[in-house]
Amino acid sequence: MSTRIYDCLKCIGEKIIENKDFLTDLDREIGDADHGVNMARGFTAVIEKTSPDDPDIGAVLKKTGMTLLSTVGGASGPLYGTAYMEAAKVLAGKDTLSAEDFKAALEAAIAGIQKRGKAEKGEKTMLDSLIPALDAYSAKIAEGGSLVDGLEKACEAAEEGIEFTKTIAATKGRASYLGDRSIGHQDPGATSATMTLEVIRDFLKG
Amino acid sequence: MKKLINGVDNVVDEMLDGMIAAYPQYLKRLDGFDVVVRAGGSDGKVALVSGGGSGHEPAHGGYVGKGMLDGAIAGAVFTSPTPDQIFEAIKAANGGKGVLLVIKNYTGDVMNFEMAADMARDEGIEVDQVITADDVAVENSTWTTGRRGIAGTIFVHKLAGACAEAGGSLADVKAVAEKVIANVRSMGMAVDACTVPAAGKPSFDLAEDEVEIGIGIHGEPGVNREKISPVNDIVDKLLAKILAEGIYNAGDEVAVMVNGMGGTPLMELFVANKHLADELAKKNIKVYKTLVGNYMTSLDMEGFSITLLKVDDELKKLLDAPADTPAFVQA
Repeated sequence: MSTRIYDCLKCIGEKIIENKDFLTDLDREIGDADHGVNMARGFTAVIEKTSPDDPDIGAVLKKTGMTLLSTVGGASGPLYGTAYMEAAKVLAGKDTLSAEDFKAALEAAIAGIQKRGKAEKGEKTMLDSLIPALDAYSAKIAEGGSLVDGLEKACEAAEEGIEFTKTIAATKGRASYLGDRSIGHQDPGATSATMTLEVIRDFLKG
Repeated sequence: MKKLINGVDNVVDEMLDGMIAAYPQYLKRLDGFDVVVRAGGSDGKVALVSGGGSGHEPAHGGYVGKGMLDGAIAGAVFTSPTPDQIFEAIKAANGGKGVLLVIKNYTGDVMNFEMAADMARDEGIEVDQVITADDVAVENSTWTTGRRGIAGTIFVHKLAGACAEAGGSLADVKAVAEKVIANVRSMGMAVDACTVPAAGKPSFDLAEDEVEIGIGIHGEPGVNREKISPVNDIVDKLLAKILAEGIYNAGDEVAVMVNGMGGTPLMELFVANKHLADELAKKNIKVYKTLVGNYMTSLDMEGFSITLLKVDDELKKLLDAPADTPAFVQA
């Protein structure tokens, strides 16, 4: 049984779907105006296909990754799909999530995104929120913080990451075609990634 | 938004069924997938598979047929198709001699096609790929995603397709595709933006007297916005940027494509071509063949692109080889 992880994913999906137009509008500024539409399509399918009866956390996340991969398209599909599938490998067979488990899962997700997208921090992508989030999370739990404590810090860092993306020009993705004209706009991928972390934080806080 | 559609969610599905209804002699659709392949199959030859987001019609399904593609995948509008769909196209198009993927250089397309290629290799299918990147509007450097693949991709379909049809091996077909890619350059502009059905509003706003130079084919803004000028001046600008590549010199022969973005009358494309032909003649660049029309569109965008392909005897022969597809017929 994996009711909690299913409920959490459902919250992530609902948040993304709720922000479909917002994310699409951000993408219109510097990309091709489809990020929210594609992610909403993907998470609508995820909510349909996953189930509280799936055996464990890893199984739910694997199904989520596969579903995103086959429904989102664009660059976000392979990137988010890979992220969830890599996290699923780390969490395979688990029914509960420790602070260390979450760190390992986030690390694996980020490594997957970097490998698939051939990107680094500082290129105006989701990594500009996720990498600082992981660093802040790791530092907090290293000093004895709980999963929720760590996520509080992670979300703060991810928000700062969004702000940082406004200050730089994109060197990956369609926004890179704009050169310096992408400066001043926040990255849609960093935004949706931050939203995801915030939903997880709020969900765990109850 | 005013569109001749029934709903934003089933545009691609209905379009594909409509294409099949129009061209059953050329195309069939894979059940349950947004994939079209040759009605008669592709046994015994190297297969060419391409695709991308929808909204570029007739690309790419319109080029499936004898002498060009063997399969095409249609993603959501302006969104790369997913790996599972591409994988199905590879399997269905595979005629036992290997499959060449023709990918336009966009982050999403490259990732999705490469994932599908891995899946196909796991099943023992020989797959190779080329990436088109003909758009000179984008600077090619290690600091960007690299140049976009735009209308020049159609020349890859035509010439590599001719090589495959003539019995070329996967290596031969890939070599032709690479040669075309090395010798083809394009640049586009828009007078007005396009509207993605699911987004419901134009992808960018242009004032009544403004144009966007260096536009891509996905409604992504171009590299420069300026006041509109007579089309001859615009042709000069696009051509200057293409010629600055140093590929096309006095005495060379070129194939030319003046490509409409979807919302521009042919009349205007021919006006553009008149000046383009004059300018090329002045520079002693000989035009071997010209294509004017809507080959790689961007929904309802108003605008056009210019493509030049430098041709030698080998490429001329492949250009002149027969092709029979819904959108491109060469007797």
